[in-house]
Amino acid sequence: MSRRNFLTAAAFAVAAIGLGGAARAADVVKLPCVCELSGAGAVSGTNYRDGAHIAVDEINAAGGILGKKIEMTDYDTQTDPMTSRALIQKVIDDGAYVIIGTVYSGSTAVNMLVAQKAGVPQFTGAEAPDITAKGNPYIFRTSSGAEKGVPALTAYFKDTVKAKKIAISWVNNDFGKGGHDVFLSEMKKAGIQVVADVPSEQGQVDFSADVSKIKQAGADAVFVYLNEEESARILKEAVKQGLKIPMVGEVTLTGQKVIDLAGGAAEGALAHVGLATSAPVPSIQAFAANFKKIYKRDTDHNGIKGYIAVWATKYVTEMIGKFDRKAFADKMHGLTLDVAKYPHMLLTTSWDKTGELSRESFMTEVKGGKQVITGTVPAN
Amino acid sequence: MSQFLQVVLSGLSTGSIYALAAVGFALVWQAAQTVNFAQGEFVMLPAFFALVAIHWFGWPLWAGFAFAMLASLAILGLAFKGLVVQPMMPDGGLPLVIATMAVSILLKESVKTFYGAEAQPFPSPLPDGTLQIGGAVISIRDLFDLLASLAVVGGLTLFLDRTRTGRQMQAAAQSPAVAEILGVDVARMTLYAFLVNAALAAFASFLVSPTYLAKFSNGESLGLVAFIAAIVGGFNRIRGALVGGLLVGVLDNLVATYVTQEYRAALPLVLLIAVILWRPQGLLGDAEGRTV
Repeated sequence: MSRRNFLTAAAFAVAAIGLGGAARAADVVKLPCVCELSGAGAVSGTNYRDGAHIAVDEINAAGGILGKKIEMTDYDTQTDPMTSRALIQKVIDDGAYVIIGTVYSGSTAVNMLVAQKAGVPQFTGAEAPDITAKGNPYIFRTSSGAEKGVPALTAYFKDTVKAKKIAISWVNNDFGKGGHDVFLSEMKKAGIQVVADVPSEQGQVDFSADVSKIKQAGADAVFVYLNEEESARILKEAVKQGLKIPMVGEVTLTGQKVIDLAGGAAEGALAHVGLATSAPVPSIQAFAANFKKIYKRDTDHNGIKGYIAVWATKYVTEMIGKFDRKAFADKMHGLTLDVAKYPHMLLTTSWDKTGELSRESFMTEVKGGKQVITGTVPAN
Repeated sequence: MSQFLQVVLSGLSTGSIYALAAVGFALVWQAAQTVNFAQGEFVMLPAFFALVAIHWFGWPLWAGFAFAMLASLAILGLAFKGLVVQPMMPDGGLPLVIATMAVSILLKESVKTFYGAEAQPFPSPLPDGTLQIGGAVISIRDLFDLLASLAVVGGLTLFLDRTRTGRQMQAAAQSPAVAEILGVDVARMTLYAFLVNAALAAFASFLVSPTYLAKFSNGESLGLVAFIAAIVGGFNRIRGALVGGLLVGVLDNLVATYVTQEYRAALPLVLLIAVILWRPQGLLGDAEGRTV
């Protein structure tokens, strides 16, 4: 082959590869998963990611979204807000249609500004109240914010526990501070005195002083607003110090991961949860069983959050009939996805004009090493 | 009063585990004149050895602990000394310190890769029961941690002071050249020091992991606090490391309970600065002179 023919053949080969790549790119829609796969948020982020991947496999097996297969690449924020911000920029540059994640409020508060600026919709697992209070039209929750979840406990403390004095143990990050502030306001309205206000650091391992303070304060109950690992550690420490008052949490305290980590120390813990794999809802139980079959472990509510984020993306995109990020965000505001018509949402779910989510929720208790539903709280 | 007692006893229990890791710092310092910045990871890793034996091999708890102890002696003692310390010692202390930092990252990332980034429950052979002491409730596990740590450090001190091998180890640590002239097998004594450090780290790991959970990042804070405890107590004294560990544990709990929860993480650093300013050799340490 002459030098000229060789160069011509090479140019054709390169062009063919390029066109092939472009054709493949046109056949897929990118839903990157930017999650906490290591660091303090690894429990939440890993479940969120794995739940999302189940949805991706189901949707791709059924033909994808508007005929395009979903391409989901995982990115680990290491539970670091600045890393998450850089990764969100990267996935936007790579052509993300909708972003799945992040889960931690501290990261989401930082990185959602990047997605907002680029006009890319984002499904977050974050629960700090200010996430949806900043007028960002592209952010959507996959579980209720603390401003909706924490007030659901007020009646429990007032009427069931009949608490006059209460303690709070909370993690001093964006997630914890949001819940802490809502809780103090709720207790003030309910006339319950907060006798111990105990902050802790994210990743804290020693809770002996925290429990000692709560014990000494003479509270009738303690509200635990910590992440999963810290929740397990405080439950263990409470047993070690013989703390006998009810330990009540929001979302995490009765989660499967906390039960696995705390063992017998989790017994009797109570919590209000927006989503629960033990909920008496056949579709949720089927999802939980499928998750366990695939990953050989139980998931917590974060697995469900990741799952519905991807399915909501499919449903809403097919409603608008095109891959248009702005039209997607506009459609989401004020939308209700009825589970009768959209079964993979698992529960009927609504988003308001701020991206805040509303749906039925549950009161739970740990009994016999399992999270058991003890009551249902209507959507608020 | 009962709360004060409760806080002090819990602090002593936590501090006793810091002490085990701090003693390791002192041993490695004496044996190789270097600071092992992978000491925290040395405490983190044995828990995962035990979990591998229990969950992957299906071995019972005690067999898991025995496997973890042997694996620790082989990897954190023998291999660490033979593959990292020995080849780098001729280059002086600083390259060795940097090498221990690399080992720290290697161990952390290896656990993350092979076992996962999530915290893991770690079994304890002890019951969950509590005892009433002077109105304070103390768990049987905390009491065991404290007594076992004190016994181990006490036994180690007796071994170093009262046995021929122990005295040879001290001689090799204080003046390797003179010890060699006197017939001490310095290389063997140095190896013993690393093996003892590995055993202490494994023991600390078994005590701390049931409560703190087993996680790849556990060594970060534990290593830092133990390092500070060793300096506070006196880097060249085993007893100093014990006192430093207990002091840091108790003060941390007292400050968190009675002063501030938010700034408790700063306490060991404040203590470190105070000791460096007023007694640089540590509370029980001896001043060492070096020719530069």
